[in-house]
Amino acid sequence: MDGFTRIMLILLSSILVNNFVLSRFLGICPFLGVSRKVETAVGMGAAVTFVMALASVITWLLQYYVLVPLHIEYMQTIAFILVIAALVQFVEMFIKKSSPTLYQSLGVYLPLITTNCAVLGVAILNINSQYNLIETLINGTGGALGFMLAIVLFAGIRERMDTNDIAKSFLGFPIALVTASLMSIAFLGFQGLIK
Amino acid sequence: MKLFKVITNGIFNENPTFRLVLGTCPTLAVTTAAVNALGMGAATTFVLVGSNVVIAMLKNFIPEQVRIPAFVVVIASFVTVVQMLLKAFLPALNESLGIFIPLIVVNCIILARAESFASKNKVIPSLLDGIGIGIGFTLGLLLIASVREILGNGTIFGISVMGAAYQPALMMILAPGGFLVFGVMMALVNKISSKKGGNA
Repeated sequence: MDGFTRIMLILLSSILVNNFVLSRFLGICPFLGVSRKVETAVGMGAAVTFVMALASVITWLLQYYVLVPLHIEYMQTIAFILVIAALVQFVEMFIKKSSPTLYQSLGVYLPLITTNCAVLGVAILNINSQYNLIETLINGTGGALGFMLAIVLFAGIRERMDTNDIAKSFLGFPIALVTASLMSIAFLGFQGLIK
Repeated sequence: MKLFKVITNGIFNENPTFRLVLGTCPTLAVTTAAVNALGMGAATTFVLVGSNVVIAMLKNFIPEQVRIPAFVVVIASFVTVVQMLLKAFLPALNESLGIFIPLIVVNCIILARAESFASKNKVIPSLLDGIGIGIGFTLGLLLIASVREILGNGTIFGISVMGAAYQPALMMILAPGGFLVFGVMMALVNKISSKKGGNA
């Protein structure tokens, strides 16, 4: 298989077939927490995309240029989470300085990303799948776009649900989860796209 | 008696799965089989108790401004210990939980307890809080996993319970089943606790 087909496959698989939220169960907390309005969902999605793409590349470099040469692969979890936390802080400061308007729209979501398991998840998945640097970048970006797609669609549905008459015990999280279940069934349909 | 209350608080009033709705990622991902749920629950409880105790001991030495990174390092260390133990002694479980073992680091339950309980209380209550929340989390996982395994595979802990004529609903083991069972369970818990006068 030549490089381009492989890259397209990884992209398609990470956005649709193995959607981070709906089939891998990564990043459920922000998916449920920050999906009441489409607008905030877009903001969260954008912030996550940015951090996930960056974190994928940096953790990959860390793994192959620091942890492996020093034979301390067992430090992976600690090293990765520290790098991600630092990265989020750094990105926050950078955006604040360079683009106040972007900071205004993303600002609140940035600190939340550290505990978004999709970010650490994609970093570890990249290493486990033995991707090279370019594939890592593609997988990270694709996964994040998939997250954004899911959360924006979900927010759209939830906005409409607000006006509906829902049984009292189902209000809030339960009905959101049932909705996510139906969306997840829809995404199962993409399974046949890639063999 | 007050200490006993700390434990039951974690199991019922502040059940992490159904009441606080924290740690939803592992809740959905590992509940395809009851064994996995038990393993994940035990691993999380270990990390929770360990980090709660250490953070309660160190709380006077950690400066306020860097407490979150400090907590994360403590938690990540315990996760690494669990990772190594599982790899050495339970390779099969390690295989089926896969990526969700390192992801215990970002399980919000643990950081939330460190921040809201361990950093304000003494060692013994923090230890008990860890145990209580851990048991509550494990029970929540086990409940969801049992329903999914019985409906989706006709078994529980690998033992067939539904008889040979039962057609397993595969959907329950797949991703949509996870969301569905979790949602319906939570609605049931809401229903039961509102009948009790809303104080449960």
